[in-house]
Amino acid sequence: MTAKIASGPGLTVEGLTVEFGEHKTLSDVTFAVGPGTLMGVVGPNGAGKSTLFNAIAGLLPAQKGVVTIRGAEGRRSRALAYVPQRENVNWRFPVTVLDVVMMGRSCDLGWFRRPGRRDRELVQVCLRRVGLWEQRAALMTELSGGQRQRVFVARALAQGADIILLDEAFSGVDVGAQEGLVEVLKSLRDEGRIVLLATHDLTNLAERFDQLLCLNHHVCAYGPPDEAFTPAVLEELYGAHGVHYALTGDRFEEPGA
Amino acid sequence: MIDYVTEPLQYSFMVRGLAVSVLVGVMCPLIGAYVVTRGLAFMGDALAHAVLPGMVVGILLGFGLIAAVPSGIAVALLIGLVSRRSGISEDTTIGILFAGMFALGLVLLSASTGINVDIEDLLLGQPLGVSQSEVFVALALTGVVVMGLYFFHHQLVLTSFDPEGAKVVGIPTNLIDNVLLVLLSVVIVVGILAAGIVLVMAMLVTPAATAYLLVRRFVTMMAVGAAIGAVSAVMGLYLSYHLNIPSGPAMTLVATGIFMAAVVVRRAPRLSR
Repeated sequence: MTAKIASGPGLTVEGLTVEFGEHKTLSDVTFAVGPGTLMGVVGPNGAGKSTLFNAIAGLLPAQKGVVTIRGAEGRRSRALAYVPQRENVNWRFPVTVLDVVMMGRSCDLGWFRRPGRRDRELVQVCLRRVGLWEQRAALMTELSGGQRQRVFVARALAQGADIILLDEAFSGVDVGAQEGLVEVLKSLRDEGRIVLLATHDLTNLAERFDQLLCLNHHVCAYGPPDEAFTPAVLEELYGAHGVHYALTGDRFEEPGA
Repeated sequence: MIDYVTEPLQYSFMVRGLAVSVLVGVMCPLIGAYVVTRGLAFMGDALAHAVLPGMVVGILLGFGLIAAVPSGIAVALLIGLVSRRSGISEDTTIGILFAGMFALGLVLLSASTGINVDIEDLLLGQPLGVSQSEVFVALALTGVVVMGLYFFHHQLVLTSFDPEGAKVVGIPTNLIDNVLLVLLSVVIVVGILAAGIVLVMAMLVTPAATAYLLVRRFVTMMAVGAAIGAVSAVMGLYLSYHLNIPSGPAMTLVATGIFMAAVVVRRAPRLSR
């Protein structure tokens, strides 16, 4: 696909606050991402990562704050695509890889038009991008976790999105396949797209992401991984227990996960 | 043997019964494909019971069983509303409204004197008793359901597979879920004509589940399910006629038999692909 991504403002979030009843899930979250950025959002379970993505995607109303997507404020945009957590997908539903990527065209097709030749060509290009054209006739249930994520990325491309949110994209994906997914995401970043990926897996953060947002209901740190992910921040995210694992170099296991 | 098929056709009630059964056999698995893949079986069963008061009122006012369509739609939307507002889980809400509405229907039925309907016909289905106008209404409603499923296909599929992704691309998923429930209520009321309140669930779920075992794609699943449903309905009606058994149980047994055969076939090495 020829990359023609708008430069200029990317995604900004200012003072975002989301409350459920008394409970503040997100408090005064502020950050800005420029075009061509692969950003990791890390934090423990329940830190508000999904809430943040839902608010950016316009699925949740925010009590306070503004989300600006490509200079346009607070409305749903087809420039933005969302890769769901796997728990939120109905895997019983029998759809093929091709069906799922074609769903990305439904925005443009509107309510009653059927996909045409151009849509099918675009879907093919997108599937080749993520290396899954050969698997196009497979059912989603027949794919591995990493392949499923890549199908959803292809769907985001078919939609024409240049901001892609992936929620817990590494869960149920083995380490080798995680790297494969990161490679695809980096190539999208290189075209100027913005990719946000939420994870509680802390493997290879520095190699994987350009920017890191450390989130535990509020922004604990934001910046390049080397600067943002300090022992002090780690303790703020996970408590002293987490610091121990990080410093001893053990593979990080989240307490109680 | 050929007499077995043609002999009943000399009776117009049998022709009407066959017409309704084929319509029900086709429309139930079309919507049943969603019921099976979205886990709506309990909802379907509940709706079938909850339309009883609507049916009784329909009969009392002289509109026939079809008059239950609006009450079915009302109950379906009420279940959605109550479970969203009350904070009680959806299956509990379904259980409460299902039992409550069914009880109301039974009370209305026993309190109405001079009503010429047998509760057994409502529970077990009596397609041989449908009137000509009911056949035409069933035909029209089948058309409505097919059109609805066709026009909303894209939105229904996306909402069923990935509701969050659907919302992000601007599909009003609550509205689409309600469309599905409305179509489901329509199908159930027509289905009751053939299979009865207790067993309409079998027509809704069993042929679609059989197709789910046999084919890979959703649209194919709808088509194969409809074919299995039509065969089950017709064979069931003939068995009902010749063996003098109620039609609902006969259709259900045929559909269940086909399902069991599919389970066996499915265990053999997969032929498709």
